[in-house]
Amino acid sequence: MAEAEVYPYIPNSVPEVKQKMLDTIGIESVEDIYKEIPDHLRFKRRLDTPGPIRSEYALRRHCEELLDDGADCRRYIGFLGGGIYDHFCPSVVTTIMERDEFLTSYVGDAYADHGKWQAQFEYASCMAELLEMDMVNTPTYDWGMASATAIRMAGRIAGRDHALYAGNISPDRLSCMKNYAWSAVPTFTEVAIDEKSGLVDLADLKAKLDDTVAVFYFETPSFLGGIETQCAEIVKAVHDAGAQVAVGVDPMSLGVLEAPGVYGADIAVGDIQGLGVPMQCGGGAGGFVATQDEPKYTGEVPSLLFGLTPTIVEGEYGFGEVFFERTSYASREKAKDFLGTMAQLHGIGAGVYLSLMGPQGMVEIGEGIMQRSAYLAGQLDALPGVSAPKLSAPFFKEFVVDFGGTGKTVAEINKALLEKKIFGGKDLSTMCPDLGQSALYCVTEVHTKSDLDCLVAALKEIL
Amino acid sequence: MGIVKVRKNYHQARWDEPMIMEMSTPGVRGIIPPEPEAEIVDAVGDVAGKLPASVRRKTPPALPEVDQKRVLSHFLHLSQETLGSNLNPDLSQGTCTMKYNPRVNEDLVMDPRFAYVHPWQDDETMQGILHMYWTFEQILKEVSGMDRFTLQPGGGAHAVFTAASIIRAYWRDRGELEQRNEVVTTMFSHPCDAASPHTAGFKIVTLMPKEDGYPDLDALKAVVGPHTAAVHITNPEDTGIYNPLIDKFVEVVHDAGGICFNDQANGNVLLGIARTRDAGFDLCHFNVHKTFSSPHGGSGPGTGAMGCRDEFSKYLPYPTVEKDEKTGKYYLDYDRPESVGKIKAFLGSAGVVFRAYAWCVMMGPDGLRETAEMSALNNNYLMSMVEKIKGISHPYAEGHRRLEECRWSWEQLTQETGVGTDDILRRVGDFGMQHYWSSHHPWVVPEPMTLEPCETFSIEDLEEYAQVLEIVAREAYEDPETVKNAPHKCSAHKRAAEEELDDPAKWATTWKAYQRKHGKK
Repeated sequence: MAEAEVYPYIPNSVPEVKQKMLDTIGIESVEDIYKEIPDHLRFKRRLDTPGPIRSEYALRRHCEELLDDGADCRRYIGFLGGGIYDHFCPSVVTTIMERDEFLTSYVGDAYADHGKWQAQFEYASCMAELLEMDMVNTPTYDWGMASATAIRMAGRIAGRDHALYAGNISPDRLSCMKNYAWSAVPTFTEVAIDEKSGLVDLADLKAKLDDTVAVFYFETPSFLGGIETQCAEIVKAVHDAGAQVAVGVDPMSLGVLEAPGVYGADIAVGDIQGLGVPMQCGGGAGGFVATQDEPKYTGEVPSLLFGLTPTIVEGEYGFGEVFFERTSYASREKAKDFLGTMAQLHGIGAGVYLSLMGPQGMVEIGEGIMQRSAYLAGQLDALPGVSAPKLSAPFFKEFVVDFGGTGKTVAEINKALLEKKIFGGKDLSTMCPDLGQSALYCVTEVHTKSDLDCLVAALKEIL
Repeated sequence: MGIVKVRKNYHQARWDEPMIMEMSTPGVRGIIPPEPEAEIVDAVGDVAGKLPASVRRKTPPALPEVDQKRVLSHFLHLSQETLGSNLNPDLSQGTCTMKYNPRVNEDLVMDPRFAYVHPWQDDETMQGILHMYWTFEQILKEVSGMDRFTLQPGGGAHAVFTAASIIRAYWRDRGELEQRNEVVTTMFSHPCDAASPHTAGFKIVTLMPKEDGYPDLDALKAVVGPHTAAVHITNPEDTGIYNPLIDKFVEVVHDAGGICFNDQANGNVLLGIARTRDAGFDLCHFNVHKTFSSPHGGSGPGTGAMGCRDEFSKYLPYPTVEKDEKTGKYYLDYDRPESVGKIKAFLGSAGVVFRAYAWCVMMGPDGLRETAEMSALNNNYLMSMVEKIKGISHPYAEGHRRLEECRWSWEQLTQETGVGTDDILRRVGDFGMQHYWSSHHPWVVPEPMTLEPCETFSIEDLEEYAQVLEIVAREAYEDPETVKNAPHKCSAHKRAAEEELDDPAKWATTWKAYQRKHGKK
């Protein structure tokens, strides 16, 4: 036994309690239980790990000091996006997400956990309205996993093993997709992007579509920010080739941008972090996968699906697992991919967010973001040697800024901005070398005119 | 000792809550988004209005239109209809390690200095967070004996998939992937130990336990060979039985040229007690949201910390967190050409890692060991009470002790009363306790129940739980209909049409689909 320290998180660490338990079990010490482990496999020394920090106050001080050794998008002005976004998180959303009832629940059935099931169902229902698709999964890890899932689903649906993807999608998501899909869809081919607009080169897409292609995956807005204006043409070309259309969308844009269900996408994916979930250094991510609720699609989803169902009491809403046999919890390796602990809490938060925002809120926030980002692009474009947006397509909240004419690298510029407490846009010079010394800037509703002007003034000084 | 109170008069909140969509009135608003300043609007005009008609949304999304107070009330009601583990003696969810999720950690992760950090910020501005990542990795290395960890996977199954991706890359590099295409697992390992490697492209061979419940070494010897890529195995298995021949299993696989992965979802009982590396394993994972105290979030966000020997570390997902020993500064290393790539966006679930770090430094080395020891002691104490209940048994491993959990069987009770484990678990909810978890499928143990009373639970909790099981078992003999029709005091009643959930014409995962299939309300 370790020495007789009493731990607030371990009630039975009190020596007298421990002794009573040992006596009841009829053993001398806990070693009589650990005899099950052969001696040569036992760890014989004391662990060498930090702590203990015994008091909660001291722990707080310690962690707060660590947090002080850094910066964030409240103390600084941030223009980083690329998959995690600094959107406003309403108090009602964080209040609900932090309720111990939801926060510390897990996989209880829909009786004692009825409320969690309903909250998840309502989240899915709100997303369904936003996407105009009536099957939405319980959240997966993130957008990358959601798009990877879409590729595997499409492979099974089409009975083919080749994916086409637009050259303007996130390189990190592409990496995730290739690794995840490999056993079902091993071949990935890039579809060219029009250099000027930054949008899908439709002719190249058509040339690459053939009867091996299971799916074409594109994003709108794309990783580089451009809004795809050829969705209908893309959908027609892909469907004509007998393939599936999977599209990555930003839910925050869907008050102003057309819903994927309307232009005929088969599978829509994306991230729900922007819907009221704090960034948490990337930990706020949560992926959605949506389709129309047809058996050929719903039957291929690997996630848990929470369905509305009657109870023995007339008129009472109950919930249960839809088509549970699909999942690996039921069918192990015979299931559709695998299932595990993913990101349900963020689904609850996103459901609260959409319930608060309503249709008008989503329209207004989308319009306002576009106005702010257009304003900033205009201001930046007026700076000597700077071109913004570099690409001609309409954009939502992100756009590429080309600093090539300034004689300075993005790295140099961002370092100087950092000194002025500004996180400049993501340096694309390594990630997308074709774009030269460009950066991906992101503007959301959190930015005031003063924030935007502050950036412009700083750049004026730096460049 | 405090009072042991069986909550006979318990009743969960039952708000009979409508759907949020049904609460909608056109024009009502819940929140106003921040408006752009007039100067911005004047400068750029109606930007969205200038979009090509083909991309502009024509009909606003039919989201609920509800005022803020009613949205709050609605979701507060739903929360009250949810029995989080911090609210009850949730030793119910065996294999899930439902330990206390300290409130202080919630305050920490909601701190704006963490909540509003973007993962692409300059490393220099994330030194505190990177310190936590790096330090937590060192802690995991110490408790497992492994050389490196990634904290990127979003859960246990994801970590198992990551391991399978790394094993695949390893064999591909050696030109042996086509030949080494099988992963061996056991039936009492988590289903993801079969499903995740299968998703990665491996054929799965599943070993059944021996009659005494222990994993079958002879069966393993019979299936491993030149096709074996790896074994994915849990220990202790979900039965709570520790496989004392675990190092022999590893040896057999290694002799056949295969790789050994240890799923340590059940690792809480081994902290400071035994290390997976010492049994010879090459890779392993821990469920950070189980063993290291981060809340389960209703099923995520979580973290599956995946560790490996040096030989495999070049395949870890990018970026890794590194420390420059000269400057003491931390940095992210993206330059990892042999990496399997991205597994999860950015750095994974940073909030989960933060909480785990805080928990570990609070516990310290002796606290980690106390955690393990108390989880073993609690389990055996609970077992000493539960095994006396009529109709229950714990099959297998006669004369041996379970470590941190036990898979029980209500087979005898079911035969004698017609009441099954699915009935009993619903009824348990009527006493203010989470419905216990039976088992993954297929049920090898008949009418199973899996309980894991980890270190969090007090002696009073354990006695209360045992008494409730005893009461429900007695009801099964004396008044079986009460149990079969349970729950009676939970937020919702028994489902009336389970078959509809498997019927495409009836199932509905959204209100939109429900209205389409069942008629608009």
